[in-house]
Amino acid sequence: MEKYLSHTGTVLPLRRSNVDTDQIIPAVYLKRVTKSGFEDGLFGAWRNDPEFVLNRAEYAGATILVAGADFGTGSSREHAVWALQNYGFSVVLSSRFADIFRGNSQKAGLLTVVVDQSEIEAIWAAVEKDPTTKVTVNLESKSVNYGEKSIAFAIDDYTRWRLMEGLDDIGLTLKNIDSVSAFERSRPSFKPKTLPILS
Amino acid sequence: MAKTLAEKIWADHIVREHQGEPDLLYIDLHLIHEVTSPQAFDGLRAAGRKVRRPELTIATEDHNVPTLNIDKPIADPISKLQVDTLRKNCADFGVRIHSLGDVEQGIVHVVGPQLGITQPGMTIVCGDSHTSTHGAFGALAFGIGTSEVEHVLATQTLPLVRPKTMAINVEGKLKPGVTSKDIILSIIAKIGTGGGQGYVLEYRGSAIRDLSMESRMTVCNMSIEAGARAGLIAPDEITFEYLKTKPHAPKGADWQAAVSYWKTLQSDPGAKFDLEISINADELEAFVTWGTNPGQGLPLNAKVPNPAEISDPEERGAAERALTYMGLVAGTPLKEIKVDTIFLGSCTNGRIEDLRLAADILRDRHISKEVRMLVVPGSARVKLQAESEGLDKIFTAAGAEWRTAGCSMCLGMNPDQLAVGERAASTSNRNFEGRQGKGGRTHLVSPLVAAATAIRGTLSSPADL
Repeated sequence: MEKYLSHTGTVLPLRRSNVDTDQIIPAVYLKRVTKSGFEDGLFGAWRNDPEFVLNRAEYAGATILVAGADFGTGSSREHAVWALQNYGFSVVLSSRFADIFRGNSQKAGLLTVVVDQSEIEAIWAAVEKDPTTKVTVNLESKSVNYGEKSIAFAIDDYTRWRLMEGLDDIGLTLKNIDSVSAFERSRPSFKPKTLPILS
Repeated sequence: MAKTLAEKIWADHIVREHQGEPDLLYIDLHLIHEVTSPQAFDGLRAAGRKVRRPELTIATEDHNVPTLNIDKPIADPISKLQVDTLRKNCADFGVRIHSLGDVEQGIVHVVGPQLGITQPGMTIVCGDSHTSTHGAFGALAFGIGTSEVEHVLATQTLPLVRPKTMAINVEGKLKPGVTSKDIILSIIAKIGTGGGQGYVLEYRGSAIRDLSMESRMTVCNMSIEAGARAGLIAPDEITFEYLKTKPHAPKGADWQAAVSYWKTLQSDPGAKFDLEISINADELEAFVTWGTNPGQGLPLNAKVPNPAEISDPEERGAAERALTYMGLVAGTPLKEIKVDTIFLGSCTNGRIEDLRLAADILRDRHISKEVRMLVVPGSARVKLQAESEGLDKIFTAAGAEWRTAGCSMCLGMNPDQLAVGERAASTSNRNFEGRQGKGGRTHLVSPLVAAATAIRGTLSSPADL
């Protein structure tokens, strides 16, 4: 995974709450067996509307998505994260993320940042007034900055460290694989096994 | 110190804990299907890694498989490639798989319990958010993304931050015609789609204890729709009785040891939950969603809400959008809403008891000429059981279609989809925009409401017949 320190870009203001992962990437796009090429399905149904914010010329090239509360609810499909990344997004801001979506983002290197709804509203207003507004999301200083504003955000130290160092989670766990083996030796015999097949 | 059930299971699976890091948890069972696993197996191959514990892993084909003509090759070449990829991955890595046509094939969350590999006190994961279903057995079960699927395949563990705990106390007795689906829809409407975010839910109280295992699965299944990654119910005699005869249940001395352990899997008296809420089961009614998220629901006797009366601007906007999408007018009685399609099935309500409930209503009756009804058993075993009881004959005589097992119209990935503007009463779990087909409209209901609605053609309860 690439190291993630800070990102500067323009914003796509998505004034909707409860954006579920079926909206981010509809199920019909999930048949692919790769992690790439999902950009054409991003917000697949909403994109049919020429007025949908993703289709508006003034927001073309935005790399920071700023959305309403409860972003990423529903299905656990990591394809939602890949679709956002494939399209060119590096950061999503919301006042609340669904747990699985947030976990997936942190594994795949899409930064999800939680700030108060009032700050979300302020960013929406600023960006709608001037779509060229540059926003910087700095993981090192844990702050979102634009114009004169600086908003602090919280992120757990471990995730922050892992993203900043670009570390592979599986690699980190494999360093402790001896403790996994030790745990396995203590598992009770009644725990079920899928093999051999019993009927 | 007094512990909650979730805290006990968590503690029993910690491989490694270290200040400032997530806990490393051991995973007892990893369920796999065709949609969220191919990229994970590719990751293993790229890194030269193996599946650490194939005997704690099992795959089935469910999300992307047809429910008609399963003896013929899958018509859609992209779907076929995905299913073939799963078969190849399982063959290459030594993972047990139940493919289309196999008697154990079915929706992953129906298959685990019926094989008896879902047991109390386990940690269970799957690249599917409805893994919470298995919480009905007193297991800590939750959905994961594909990166985590790869992590579990490679290490049989997951690094996880300890969740908060929420008790949902459901006391009282359900009225006739009110089911466990109505309990969970009511809970979601009460706490909202984000209410459970960051929590493991524990469903407690007399109304929960009175439920069968299958009804408990329906409740836990939709924990994710309340925002919680996992929801569970303490195991009891009903749980043990259900498990006893299952193929992979512990045998002999192992059974005794297992039951003694399982009996300890209760929240201790005095255990502190981070949050507790209460629901009065006596007051619950048959419930139906009117909007485009599972929290937008009301009793079936209510009217379509008026967004102007909602004070929260965010919720008001969402309600306005939802009514436009759903093609509904504020103030319309829900029971006057006409539907085109009935879907009976899914990991929420596709088990044998669900089919029996619906068949009882449909016996010697016919569905409305205005509707089509799809009945999709949750697994091949459920289908066989239903056929041995003659339920298939009741459904087909009533005018419904009897299909083979899979996720089907719940997520509209296979050919079973709503057309633009079509309206469904569905026993599934999500009423998101386009969930069951682009432009389709979904009302979430119980199997009883689904059956009564099929007969009348408008949202109905059996009491209306």
